[in-house]
Amino acid sequence: MTAPELKIEDLHVSVEGKSIVKGFNLDIKGGEIHALMGPNGTGKSTVASAIMGHPKYEVTQGSVTLDGRNILEMAVDERARAGLFLAMQYPSEVSGVTNADFLRTAINGRRGEGNEIPLMKFIKTMDKKMQLLEMDQSFAERYVNEGFSGGEKKRNEILQLMMLEPEFAILDEIDSGLDIDALKWVAKGVNAMRSDHFGCLIITHYQRLLNYIKPDKVHVMMNGRIVTTGGPELALRLEDEGYDGMKAELGIKDDETVEA
Amino acid sequence: MSTQLKNLPLDAENIINFSSHRNEPKWFTNIRLKAFELAAKLPLPKPEKTRIDDWNFTDFRFDTKGTSVKSLNDLPEPVRQLLDETEQAGSVLIHHNSEPVFANLTEDLKNKGVIFTDLATAIQEHGDLVQKYYFKTDKWDKHKLTAIHAALINGGSFLYVPKNVQIETPIQAIYFQDASSSGLMAHTIVVCERGSSVTYVESYLSDSSVGSGAANLISEVFVGENARIKFGAVDHFSSGVVSYVSRKAKVEKDGSLQWALGQMNDGYTVSENDTNLEGDGSSVDTKVVSIGSGAQKQNFDNYIRHAGKATTSRLLVRGVQKDSAHSIFNAITKIEHGASKADGEQTQRVLMLSKDARGDANPILLIDEYDVIAGHAASVGRVDPAQLYYLMSRGISKEIAEKLIVEGFLEPVVDLLPIEGVKKQLSELIERKVG
Repeated sequence: MTAPELKIEDLHVSVEGKSIVKGFNLDIKGGEIHALMGPNGTGKSTVASAIMGHPKYEVTQGSVTLDGRNILEMAVDERARAGLFLAMQYPSEVSGVTNADFLRTAINGRRGEGNEIPLMKFIKTMDKKMQLLEMDQSFAERYVNEGFSGGEKKRNEILQLMMLEPEFAILDEIDSGLDIDALKWVAKGVNAMRSDHFGCLIITHYQRLLNYIKPDKVHVMMNGRIVTTGGPELALRLEDEGYDGMKAELGIKDDETVEA
Repeated sequence: MSTQLKNLPLDAENIINFSSHRNEPKWFTNIRLKAFELAAKLPLPKPEKTRIDDWNFTDFRFDTKGTSVKSLNDLPEPVRQLLDETEQAGSVLIHHNSEPVFANLTEDLKNKGVIFTDLATAIQEHGDLVQKYYFKTDKWDKHKLTAIHAALINGGSFLYVPKNVQIETPIQAIYFQDASSSGLMAHTIVVCERGSSVTYVESYLSDSSVGSGAANLISEVFVGENARIKFGAVDHFSSGVVSYVSRKAKVEKDGSLQWALGQMNDGYTVSENDTNLEGDGSSVDTKVVSIGSGAQKQNFDNYIRHAGKATTSRLLVRGVQKDSAHSIFNAITKIEHGASKADGEQTQRVLMLSKDARGDANPILLIDEYDVIAGHAASVGRVDPAQLYYLMSRGISKEIAEKLIVEGFLEPVVDLLPIEGVKKQLSELIERKVG
């Protein structure tokens, strides 16, 4: 099995006719964890949503391939089945559908008809992953995200990540609004996923989460594209100096880009 | 369904014969005859925005035979599935066409004075009790349909719980129609005296062998002082059956009532669900789900009247509309003058799954008192694209994602049904109707 590869080339994305992402390039291989940082409104989440296929985001130029397959031609569910996962900043609530039913349907969607996961195996796996994330067993029978606190929703995203075992995950501001304990659970989940067959892009404003999940590369995004790339030390520098210093150094002026 | 027959194809003699075969007391036969006379004269009800003039409420066979069974295992499969396997000896009453075919009430409940029997038997053995409650939540001369019902009653159940008797295990009634062109006129009375409690679940189903027929159902529920009733129902008449379903309740001081109604008919339906919060401190929680499919036309009227002080009501109506189905949903919360500290909240949500379907939700608050809390919410919309995107982003196909969302939308009533078999029936009906 060759290591998976997610390749994004010259990506341009518009939202409601407004150009947000302008020439975004990134190459992640299995086994790697990348962090994508940058100030508010530079298009980080737009990249994530466009890759997953959110209907509001229009890719106007460029390509995204997963193991050489053009995923931009795929429907959202096909992208997921191809091995992509997006932990969302604002997960939807689905009333009346239990977490367990939802996850089992999702897993079976990937496995295909005739190859469904045996119920006992599913229950055992879910129990184990929930224990690791220190989630109460009752979460299995609660309706998807309904009445969950912000932190519970984020943990639920990580639970889904662990259950679905994708090749690539994008975590879109999974750390926003999390206290330090919740942050640790999230990190524990992601670290448990680490392998040569799993790549991850962590989108964040803050360096904090990167104390717990060591990235191989850190990219800084401004005005719709990556402006600089470095190792974990880059994140630490940003934490100290903020984005303004970097902007001045790189000669970047603010434009009107806003996060959609 | 377009048979334009305004009047019953019968004469008074047919009714007298039918009544005497059933050994009915005079008072009951008299109501039949008076109602029969009025049925020809009274107008149809006028449900909001739904024309029912040409619906077949009158052309059916009302004297159809059922097959008695000694053991529950001899029941037709669709009926057997509704029973909890673990409760083979539970309290259950089964009607086949216009005859009761199986009845069981546990010894324990009999000893406590509980009565649970088909209406015909109840009229003979407990005539005074039946008379005390018969047509007390509504009048039989209200309109043509109530009159037809009173004239031709051919089924029904009577459940009476004396004061201070708590019944833990649900009590179940099942009506199964399979005779060609049959009409079911079932009248149900559920009474909980002061301080008692019960859970009652009724299921109606008909086989496609009925073809075109009619169902005219009235259930009357009496919640005594400080009593508690949970009333669950699943209606599933086949597409040729025109239904009038009326479920009405009166709640006394500090009594509480819960309705959990799964209205899954495949045919034209007019439904009225009324709760009269008569006593101070009484409360009702109503949850109703339905699916309109094919070329179905339906009208759902849910009415709650606050008459007592400090009365509380919660009303949740959820409907799914697909194909070219048309449904009207009316919710009325009425707070009478003097019902101070009343608190009434209603929500109606209609989910549209096709361009050709139509659904109207009309929220109505009628308030004649100052010191109250009342609220309403109503919406008609499509499946939320954000939810769809979320589920699909986990690898679930669009069709299955939609199905999950719709089934989840109707889950509130499934959740409340206390009998596993009936719960499963509703789940499967939802799955089939949505699918």
